[in-house]
Amino acid sequence: MASTTKDAYYIPHKAQWPIFGSIGLSTLLAGFANYLNGHGFGSTMMIVGLGILVTMLFGWFGTVINESENGIFNHQVDISFRWGMMWFIFSEVMFFAAFFGALYYTRVLSESWLAGDSSFSYGSTKELLWQGFTAVWPNNGPGHVGGLEDGTFHPMGAWGLPALNTLILLSSGATVTWAHWGLLAENRAQLIKGLIATVILGFSFVLLQATEYHEAYSEMGLTLGTGIYGSTFFMLTGFHGLHVTIGAIFLTVVLFRSIRGHFTAKHHFAFEAAAWYWHFVDVVWLGLFIFVYWL
Amino acid sequence: MSVTTHDDTHAHDHHDHGPAKGFMRWVTTTNHKDIGTLYLITGLIMFFVGGAMALVIRAELFEPGLQYVDPHFFNQMTTLHALIMVFGAVMPAFAGLANWMIPMMIGAPDMALPRMNNWSFWLLPFSFVMLASTLFMDGGAAAAGWTLYPPLVLQTGHALPFTVFTVHLLGMSSIMAAINIIVTVFNMRAPGMTMMKLPLFVWTWVITAFLLIAVMPVFAGAVTMLLTDKFFGTSFFNAAGGGDPVLYQHLFWFFGHPEVYILILPSFGIISSIIPTFSRKPLFGYSSMVYATASIGLLSFIVWAHHQYTVGMPLAGELYFTYATMLIAVPTGVKVFNWLATMWKGAMTFETPMLYAIAFVVLFTMGGFTGLMMSISPADLQYHDTYFIVAHFHYVLVPGAVFALFAATYYWLPKWTGHMYDERLGKLHFWLTTISVNICFFPQHFVGLAGMPRRIPDYAVQFAEFNAMSSVGAFVFGFSQLIFAYVIYKAIQGGEKASSEVWEGAEAHGLEWHLPSPPPYHSWTEAPAQALISDLH
Repeated sequence: MASTTKDAYYIPHKAQWPIFGSIGLSTLLAGFANYLNGHGFGSTMMIVGLGILVTMLFGWFGTVINESENGIFNHQVDISFRWGMMWFIFSEVMFFAAFFGALYYTRVLSESWLAGDSSFSYGSTKELLWQGFTAVWPNNGPGHVGGLEDGTFHPMGAWGLPALNTLILLSSGATVTWAHWGLLAENRAQLIKGLIATVILGFSFVLLQATEYHEAYSEMGLTLGTGIYGSTFFMLTGFHGLHVTIGAIFLTVVLFRSIRGHFTAKHHFAFEAAAWYWHFVDVVWLGLFIFVYWL
Repeated sequence: MSVTTHDDTHAHDHHDHGPAKGFMRWVTTTNHKDIGTLYLITGLIMFFVGGAMALVIRAELFEPGLQYVDPHFFNQMTTLHALIMVFGAVMPAFAGLANWMIPMMIGAPDMALPRMNNWSFWLLPFSFVMLASTLFMDGGAAAAGWTLYPPLVLQTGHALPFTVFTVHLLGMSSIMAAINIIVTVFNMRAPGMTMMKLPLFVWTWVITAFLLIAVMPVFAGAVTMLLTDKFFGTSFFNAAGGGDPVLYQHLFWFFGHPEVYILILPSFGIISSIIPTFSRKPLFGYSSMVYATASIGLLSFIVWAHHQYTVGMPLAGELYFTYATMLIAVPTGVKVFNWLATMWKGAMTFETPMLYAIAFVVLFTMGGFTGLMMSISPADLQYHDTYFIVAHFHYVLVPGAVFALFAATYYWLPKWTGHMYDERLGKLHFWLTTISVNICFFPQHFVGLAGMPRRIPDYAVQFAEFNAMSSVGAFVFGFSQLIFAYVIYKAIQGGEKASSEVWEGAEAHGLEWHLPSPPPYHSWTEAPAQALISDLH
């Protein structure tokens, strides 16, 4: 068939994995919805759905990896993958933009309106609704939602674990680049060492983040329910942590493939995709560190 | 350049992997035409589902008082009608056209990422089943309007998490489709098919795809915040916790405004393909069309709060969003004038696609003008949340986006099926549809200006006559669409054989007219000859 040789663009036939993905994902989400609605069977559905989804991911990625190693993809296919990954990362950036937008909107605009900034509310909001509220960030709102028993909470400082985590992620960006140099120089040992270091740093970040969360919940009165500060803090850092975990798993797969001898200096889309994703996660963290922890 | 040479090359290239047989062909297909067909059929089915809901609404509004449904169910109908028409009918139909036409138009064998193409379609049926199932849940479906504003939407019963997850699934589907389209156009163009040679339909879809990738994630984020506010105690939209319900409106419309252009830009592309063919002239001002489309795309990101003039904004915000919104009239005007200039002194004929295209230009422009009226924030204080806005967006979406889809269907149906459609029935469909759509929506301007609020099942008796007219128009419109479905069915079954160029002189307007009708299962496995491309205009 013309479409399976290297000179023609590869068009796969009979894709069975997407339908698995649809079934798995909708079972997972319907299960989650049922769980939230208080139905006992919801969590079982979630586990089944997740199982199908994970099977699909193994199957689909496995198929593509085999095709790649068999040399079916020509240069043009490689470029399609690269464009696809870049636009996917762009969509992820926009997802984070929604939550950063929420943070800026509340910190810059709606907090001061709530506190009766006369340029907007002519002072009446404060008198009628929330007397005594002053907009000092961080806060959990005029109703002191969540927090410790007296309604207060301790905000997360920047210069403890978060600073250490910044250091860890920035170093991991360096180690993954070092691994890439190894791959380009056909130095397999450097590639593998660099990836091992990156993966270890990645999972250490997740571990430290979990420690930070534990401290917040158990001692600081800082939870997802601690007003707008808790909401933005945990949703932003939580989704970021999820993405770090995904990125670290992605890099782990790339590590195992490197150990098995996959990738060449010229043909290593998966490595670069993982590295791009990792840098994206890194940049989001810098935004978090500055605007959530520090300022 | 003879067309038959191409047919021969393709015929023997492909005998070994034609379509598989049976139902699984459609489930596992990676073929752009199969997936395009699935999208188009889904769009048509959902058009009838959403249309049935619209008729429930118009039946209730036929006269004042409460007749058939209780107010809560009425609000579920307005909500689901909108969600289904936007995400179920118009967007899948455009995605179907993109799948069918883009590889044929740019000289590619298929879409760039065929497996992902399959997945982006096959998420849709699951999401629509999930959305439809919410009608039967405790507390009914979401009833806060398609915008899902808190705090009202947070009163939804068991349907809330299902509605949120439906949005997530639809968002994933749209993002994957959009990525595929961009990658296909950037990477799969035949040699010689430069960006400024692309048919306008392809250009408008590239910009639409960019909008989709940029804003669907924001909508996903916003509904995620609804979910966590309801179930996990966050305070994004709760003022007591320091949040603000208006924040949701900003997030929603940051998505929602580009979204309405997602619904209209591909229509511009279709109209820009059809008018030149039936005017037998090249498109007037091609490059200005491209730049106008890009400008509309960029402007769509910076005008969102014109949907929120009455909710409370600093004066500077009201002024900024008024001026920025009015700017959009400039590139849109460029387009309308270019279409008119294309027809000027053309040798025009009026087959069904052209009739729909002309009706589009006239009626969409009217919808555009009412939009301009509402862009002026002090004036909008009067129109906001009345039937005037309902009339406005139905003018741009029904005789706008939906007419463009009708036009596209009649234009390309002979190419897809290999058979000419029934021109007599097509014209009947056109006249019934065009007359009834105006009877349905034109009176809504009047009741809106007089103050009739939207999303209310009952109204003051002074609005009775116009509402009765509107309902009659809606029912005629709705049942006229059965003719459309029949014309499509008939063309699939058989009819006069269509030539490869189908329309006189169409070969000069796009590569798709150089492939036989119906085209081979894989479009261009060998890139089209340079001469074919350089002869396009």
